[in-house]
Amino acid sequence: MSEQKLQSQTVQTTGHAWDGDLQEYNNPLPVWWVYTFYVTVVFALVYWTIYPSWPFGKGWIGGLSNITYVNSDGQTKTHSWNTRALLLEDMNRAAIAQKPYFDKVAAMSYAQVAKDPDMNGFILSAGKALFSDNCAPCHQAGGQGVVGFFPNLTDDDWLYGGSFDKIHETIMGGRHGYMPTFSEVLSPEQIDQLANYVASLSGIGHDATRAAAGNALFHSETAACYYCHGADAKGRKEIGSANLTDNIWLWANVPAASSAEGKVAAIRNVIASGLNKGVMPAWAGRLSPEQIKVLTVYVHELGGGQ
Amino acid sequence: MNFNFKHEWIETNIGLLAVLTMLAISVGGLVEITPLFFIDKTIEKVDGVRPYTPLEQRGRDIYQREGCYLCHSQMIRPFRDEKLRYGHYSLAAESQYDHPFQWGSKRTGPDLARVGGKYSNEWHVQHLTAPRSMVPESVMPNYPWLKATPLDTSDIAERMKALRKVGVPYSLTDAEYKANVAKFGETVAKQLHIPNAQQSLIEQANFGNYDGDRSGISEMDALVAYLQVLGTMVDFGKYKDDAFVNDR
Repeated sequence: MSEQKLQSQTVQTTGHAWDGDLQEYNNPLPVWWVYTFYVTVVFALVYWTIYPSWPFGKGWIGGLSNITYVNSDGQTKTHSWNTRALLLEDMNRAAIAQKPYFDKVAAMSYAQVAKDPDMNGFILSAGKALFSDNCAPCHQAGGQGVVGFFPNLTDDDWLYGGSFDKIHETIMGGRHGYMPTFSEVLSPEQIDQLANYVASLSGIGHDATRAAAGNALFHSETAACYYCHGADAKGRKEIGSANLTDNIWLWANVPAASSAEGKVAAIRNVIASGLNKGVMPAWAGRLSPEQIKVLTVYVHELGGGQ
Repeated sequence: MNFNFKHEWIETNIGLLAVLTMLAISVGGLVEITPLFFIDKTIEKVDGVRPYTPLEQRGRDIYQREGCYLCHSQMIRPFRDEKLRYGHYSLAAESQYDHPFQWGSKRTGPDLARVGGKYSNEWHVQHLTAPRSMVPESVMPNYPWLKATPLDTSDIAERMKALRKVGVPYSLTDAEYKANVAKFGETVAKQLHIPNAQQSLIEQANFGNYDGDRSGISEMDALVAYLQVLGTMVDFGKYKDDAFVNDR
């Protein structure tokens, strides 16, 4: 109680009294607080003069701070500070640092880039970043793909071709896989014969009699499988039809099936339902030509380039 | 206090107290919001931005229902790392028909402002159903019911009418339809016409077959249609890299 008495003697009150004797203390703000407040006011004044701040008419006061950048036409421009101009300046700075490498990539042939040890390091680091951002969601971080969805890029089996030019074409324009639905034109019996034949091509356990019938069907006009997969069943890269003889599977999840019957069934499913997937988006508009060239070499060097 | 001001006036007059409190707390908002109505560069002038089609709009509703915005933003900031990963920074113009906008600031997953066209439909379907089958390190929940749930298309006209009330130019009258034809072209204007809404929705879903299943229209169809249009309306190839610098 004595403390309160002391305070009431030294601290001013707001001066008014309610209900006769109810009074309010008027404690001044701490000095450090008041001066910090004044400092923030001064900071604001300085900030307003340097950076864009007050609205004015249909625009605003741009501030004294400027950013100089070079635009895509090569013109040097100066603009009052804003994050969009800052981005261009930042992109320029990075572009200048990377330019010698990208210029070299642009000037060299694919084969030269792949052989040059200096460029190889650049391709590996720049390509890995590009691949992770753009390709890995489908083809996975290591390029191993997902059976049933996205092809493996690390083996030497290529649907559309594994040369530099073909990989470049695939990245630029994207792809769209297609195979007709054969359940509409063939009987379940015929589809089973074909599945046994396709299994036999890769040395998977099969019924020899059915496979022989499937062989005839494969090359007949009824099923006409050879139109797309070729008479040797090795596929045609110009249309992206699969090589059926190498025991590498993308659509039919053969590796996952434990029994020979299961493997044949996986093949049967694909023949019956066909494919209207295998869509890869086009990257031509999303990435620059140099970036796509780097990615082309990176994918080629993943292990299976031809 | 010197000029005869008495705090007592405010404390003893509840009306004055209310008015002055309102004034004090509106300063922050007014200072930030009012200039936007006068500054003519708030929304960049850019071609191609249109309201969502009925199917995309239903997909957007599902996006909100499932709370996608809790982990995904739709706002690419003008930073180098964001440009390299996601593409061109987002423009205000690109979300002018979004109610509410999905800018967000929480990124547990990646930004989706330009996810349209980046992946195939089948990737989206598989990824939404079982994310880890496509991206092993993903922490996204599974949404297996999207493909199994038929899309309710019956209330699309009502939903579009509600958006029309807040300023989205979906057309209800012939005059509004004609204005949309002039602004967005006939193909788009047809899809923005509320009397045709249900039909346009069904047509787009059947033509696009976004979920890869032709037996019906599922919620997956709508959501994938929405994801595939995100960030694709503006063709940035038509603009110089500094075309939007003066707008800020």
